[in-house]
Amino acid sequence: MSNAYLNPGLPQPVPSPDGLDKPFWEGLRNEQIFLQRCSSCHGWQWGPEFVCHHCLSMKLTFEQVAGEGIIYSYERVWHPVHPALKEQGPYIVVLVSLPQAGDVRLVGNLLGDPEQKVPIGAGVRAVFEHHPDAKPAAFTLLQWQLT
Amino acid sequence: MNRTLRGKVAVVGVGETDYYKRGESEDPEFKLALKAIMRACASAGISPKEVDGFASYSNDRSDPSRLAAALGCKELRFSNMQWGGGGGGGSGAIANAAAAVATGLADCVVVFRALAQGQFGRFGQGPQRNTIAGDMAHTVPYGLMSPAQMFAMKVVRFMSDHKVDQSALRAISLASYHHAQNNPRAVMHGRPLDEAKYDASRWIVEPFHLFDCCLENDGAAAMVLVSAERAKDFANPPAYVLGATIGSHFRAGASVHNAPDYATSAFKTLAPRLYEMAGVKPADVDVLQSYENFTGGVLMSIVEHGFCAPDECNEFFTPERLMAPGGGLPTNTSGGNLAECYMHGLGLNIEAVRQIWGQSTNQVDGADVAMVISGPMVTPVSNSIFGSEATL
Ligand SMILES: [Zn+2]
Repeated sequence: MSNAYLNPGLPQPVPSPDGLDKPFWEGLRNEQIFLQRCSSCHGWQWGPEFVCHHCLSMKLTFEQVAGEGIIYSYERVWHPVHPALKEQGPYIVVLVSLPQAGDVRLVGNLLGDPEQKVPIGAGVRAVFEHHPDAKPAAFTLLQWQLT
Repeated sequence: MNRTLRGKVAVVGVGETDYYKRGESEDPEFKLALKAIMRACASAGISPKEVDGFASYSNDRSDPSRLAAALGCKELRFSNMQWGGGGGGGSGAIANAAAAVATGLADCVVVFRALAQGQFGRFGQGPQRNTIAGDMAHTVPYGLMSPAQMFAMKVVRFMSDHKVDQSALRAISLASYHHAQNNPRAVMHGRPLDEAKYDASRWIVEPFHLFDCCLENDGAAAMVLVSAERAKDFANPPAYVLGATIGSHFRAGASVHNAPDYATSAFKTLAPRLYEMAGVKPADVDVLQSYENFTGGVLMSIVEHGFCAPDECNEFFTPERLMAPGGGLPTNTSGGNLAECYMHGLGLNIEAVRQIWGQSTNQVDGADVAMVISGPMVTPVSNSIFGSEATL
């Protein structure tokens, strides 16, 4: 993947065998963000679970949310802990909260200069990083860019 | 009914193997466990055959039934594993053992932890396989996979919220390395650290330099707990368990970094319970052992145990304050996980007992109250306070 943020060779995400996060990964492939929402109290929940932690309903569904978030925290990684990242150099991981989905948080990379100053609280928008040729299955990562 | 552990159980023996760099122990893990337990029993002056219970944590692989068979224990009455990874269960295993002794489930319980990473693989490495599913699928493909990377995210947010400088983390590291120079058991004995060396060291992940990160070691540690009634019959002065708590706050375990209160060591709900059980205030603590997976966890732990306000870290965290014997809050007086050995923190509990016994290599004069904070930023975490006879 020439447009991937990180060098190839990291483990590739596949939906959980229990099916909990399948709509999320399927959504990303279509450039849509689907997160878990309770059909009873309408609260958002992430990561996904079999029960709503707020009202304890087990009627949970997935609903689309806009790709707009806020940087909640971040880290700049220098030391590679995986062989695929040996030549990577520094990279930025961001924790993004989604105000339109009850402030649930997602982990991704912040695109752009890996040595840029990262402003906590700044707005970011979603960028879909497709890996269509991945084996055993194509997948899409959800990345972020400052707005 | 008085529902407390205070003063009901005491540590009467401690034992450790030699500490090795990761992968350098010639002994397999189970043999290390046996050695540490036998040394702890020798320290207490009892035969291992008298041990009737075992408690451990962090998915220790040394099975209590095999230990009891190997050591010829007359009877096994308690075998217990504290759930949770990392060092979060260090004081929790002691809480469980103490609860067993206090309630009559067992009479003589050994708390132990054994690690041979050469035999069983390392902690600080990412998963090396083709695909990944579950919670880790939402972090690993973005390059977030090691403990340092999981915890840096919390520390960055805390340091941003409270305008904490790098010098606060550095002070924690400098104090640990300072203490290790007086401790011949320490892996970093003879390898001092100063500000310039810390500042020049490479980043692992911001805000952690190399010297903000724990070692990875092989070895084993153990301690022997008996009831307060029996404790006075042993050679060592009893180090009484004044209190111990286990747990974490509301939804601390929400996956993919979704704990509502995120930038925390996870001790906000435990610390008040510990002080209440122990009948102790922060000002009463003579010496502190605070688990350092990473210095940022120590910083938040010390704040959340009431020693320092969150917005005053830059003034509070100086090497001098954290150094024995004269500092206001002598911390990690053996060198701890940064500079003595990374035994998933049980070495910190042993150091607390040594302080009560007056036998530390960085002894705090007249230490009567020694606190241990185990495993910040994971869930569940745990903590404990040990006291001398004078505290009862
Ligand atoms: Zn609900």
